Amino acid sequence: MHKSKAKMLQLIVTLSACAFLFVPTILSVMAGVTANYFQGISSGLTLKWVFRVWELYADSIFLSLWLAIACLFCTLLIGLPAAYGLARHPGWLSRILEEFISLPLAVPGLALALALLQLYGSMKGFRASWTFILVGHVLYTLPFMVRSILAVLAAIDLKTLEEGAATLGASPWQRFRDIVVPNAMPGILAGALTVVTLSIGEFNLTWMLHTPYLKTLPVGLADSYASMRLEVASAYTLVFFVLIVPLLMAMQWASARAQRIAQ
Amino acid sequence: MSNRQFVLACLTPLFIFSLAFLALPLVRLFLASGEGENGWAIYLDILRKPRYLNTLWMTVLVSISVTFTALAISTTAGMFLSRNRFRGRGVLLSIMTLPLAFPGVVIGFLIILLGGRQGLINQITPGHVVFAYSVIGLFLGYLYFSIPRVLLTVMAAAEKLDPPLEEAARTLGASPYRVVIDVILPGLMPSLIAAGAIAFATAMGAFGTAFTLATNIDVLPMVIYTEFTLSANIAMASALSIVLGIVTWALLLIARSLSGTTVAAGG
Amino acid sequence: MTLRLTNTAKTYPDGTKALMPTDLTVETGEVVSLLGPSGCGKTTLLRIIAGLETPDTGGEIWFDDDNVTAQPVERRNVGMVFQSYALFPNMSVGANVGYGLKMQKLSKPEIDARVTQVLEMCQLEKFSHRSISALSGGQRQRVALARAIAPRPRLLLLDEPLSALDAALRETLRDELAILLRKFQITAIFVTHDQDEAMAIADRVAVMAEGRVVQSGTPEELYRNPTSAFVAGFVGNAMQLHGTHDGMLLKLSGGVLPLGRDGTGQDIFVRAEDVLIDSSGPLKGQVETVTFLGTHYRVGIGGLMPEILISIFPGQSAPRIGETVQVSIKPESLMLLPQTGRGK
Repeated sequence: MHKSKAKMLQLIVTLSACAFLFVPTILSVMAGVTANYFQGISSGLTLKWVFRVWELYADSIFLSLWLAIACLFCTLLIGLPAAYGLARHPGWLSRILEEFISLPLAVPGLALALALLQLYGSMKGFRASWTFILVGHVLYTLPFMVRSILAVLAAIDLKTLEEGAATLGASPWQRFRDIVVPNAMPGILAGALTVVTLSIGEFNLTWMLHTPYLKTLPVGLADSYASMRLEVASAYTLVFFVLIVPLLMAMQWASARAQRIAQ
Repeated sequence: MSNRQFVLACLTPLFIFSLAFLALPLVRLFLASGEGENGWAIYLDILRKPRYLNTLWMTVLVSISVTFTALAISTTAGMFLSRNRFRGRGVLLSIMTLPLAFPGVVIGFLIILLGGRQGLINQITPGHVVFAYSVIGLFLGYLYFSIPRVLLTVMAAAEKLDPPLEEAARTLGASPYRVVIDVILPGLMPSLIAAGAIAFATAMGAFGTAFTLATNIDVLPMVIYTEFTLSANIAMASALSIVLGIVTWALLLIARSLSGTTVAAGG
Repeated sequence: MTLRLTNTAKTYPDGTKALMPTDLTVETGEVVSLLGPSGCGKTTLLRIIAGLETPDTGGEIWFDDDNVTAQPVERRNVGMVFQSYALFPNMSVGANVGYGLKMQKLSKPEIDARVTQVLEMCQLEKFSHRSISALSGGQRQRVALARAIAPRPRLLLLDEPLSALDAALRETLRDELAILLRKFQITAIFVTHDQDEAMAIADRVAVMAEGRVVQSGTPEELYRNPTSAFVAGFVGNAMQLHGTHDGMLLKLSGGVLPLGRDGTGQDIFVRAEDVLIDSSGPLKGQVETVTFLGTHYRVGIGGLMPEILISIFPGQSAPRIGETVQVSIKPESLMLLPQTGRGK
């Protein structure tokens, strides 16, 4: 009896937490497809708000997708060799470097953005271009890529595998291409999905770094929350969910898979 | 190219990038904090001027309450979800982890839908119940993004708990309640501390949620933002950023040394 | 190919001397085993030959008339079988075996033909398309050997290739490996800590201790004529007889043993199979332990000297614990070795 009572309590807490997290999400989705939110569902369902969002914010959505892809490219280019270097060259120097590049995980985006703005704000061409936002995104997502790959590389006996390849005549570059990259694939995949998901949703840095001509999806969201009617804001949020939820699910699947390998 | 040279070449892009876009900007930020009229005494000003001190206290207070509430809810739910197998468990788990990727602005908007002027609570309750723009709204917003993070950490730890340990306690005559106190909680403790530190650091630095709620509660990130954009007090904005950065970084360092997991702050 | 090492040593950055200056020559087609306890420098020596470690300056490594000392591992054309096999998990068995051929830029048909041939030699033809994770330990070991052999290396290096296997399998594969190495007719160096393995596989055994090669010779030479207490102990588990000796006689607490020669300044060793339980023996002791080992008994006898002396007893019924037995040791089976000051 005692046990089932405790279980009931746990269930109630769990369900309440779920309701707290889920109900607003549903509200937002509903509001986005309701003709008039104040009158409720009875006013009819419509997609006109979604189309309106498309008219107003298509550029933001495309900019975010473009940034996410560019960010993925940069984090791969920097992060994949770096993860390999850190895995092959362990020691205090690597620890410090890894710790240092992980700072953006801990330090709020606002502080990083202020730092970037003060150093590069006066370089007008750079400041005003999309690459400035890209730098912020790469800064924030790079540690995820590096750590995701590093975790997988640390779990396999990379040194011996490479020595094996070396005795068979493979040069450092061939070993990297034939042995390191294929075996790091689960980590690369998990890292890539994380980078894209985070880049599309990044707001804190982007809000400080963006210009009126370069609004990303989350910046557009903040904009719509402040100045648009509730239905449009909701429809825009709905568009965001449609983009981000499948990515998030893929990311969780890939991370769990990479973690299984890393154990 | 020798192996050593190749490995060093692999680290070069990372080194250049983090030097140019992380190390140098942070140095600039630090230097900027001392370029105000009071010089380096600006860090004392934070503690002396009520506006900043109150902000600091308010931020810490909200973050602490969010941390403990999130710990209580997520530990209960996390233990329940990892110990019971039932239909719909997967759905509940998805619902509770999906908000991980929601940016703070979206969460702010969701809180407005819940407790704003046109919000659900205001519509279904008699009278005028609007809490989204107050400290309660802020609290709920922070709670919203803390629950999934803490839940994941707790569930990962719960899976690693050794079931024979609990069975041993039971065979020695411990009641289920005592098992929780004596076996389960101590086993989860490192992860709870880690998750708590993450929740606390995240709440300290959260900007998007406060921004969307356009709240009149002064929390640190909002003050940094207004100092920078409205008052153009760049030195103070930089100094507050440095303080905030050091606090959150130190907390996450402790968290990681205790649990070995990486969870993003952000939000 | 003839391998020649001169004055090769290895000092690690922290100052540890893993290998003292060593000279070693391995003739064409010879299978040499580096035998020694862990930490004796045998793996370091092997890795220096492979090119996976750089020796201290002054050392030289010659493959026939090539000085390969400064060559990186990938250009030395050596085949290596690793203790953990180091098979690439991202490639099939066939791709693993063909990898070295691909690195030599052979054409696809050539690679395929050679892979098939090597897999057949190692009785792996059925497994060509299998993934590495689907293989048993013994199969992995053979794949590792096939992969090392396929590019026709100048020298084959094996680092404890059997140690990852369980005991029963190890013995079968040991004999199989000995046959395969003869079949390949390749110069090979084989590192092991197991004397049985070394003796079963190698033409010549180099026993190593504390970073040095202490004795090198055929298995028979090492077994019969060890030149040091260490080799006597490590190869064939010789026991030191602790007593006082006086010219031609060794006085033990259980009696006096004739040496048959002058043992002044020498330590005296004997192997368990030469300790005979014999009612006419000159020594008297008490049976303290009896272990049945199938083909024979292992009898521990006390009272002869401070330590227990082990005797191999091949008979049907072993003496009982507590029984008093007479023991004889033939003078010619005693090994007289220079005194080292410490008994083993």
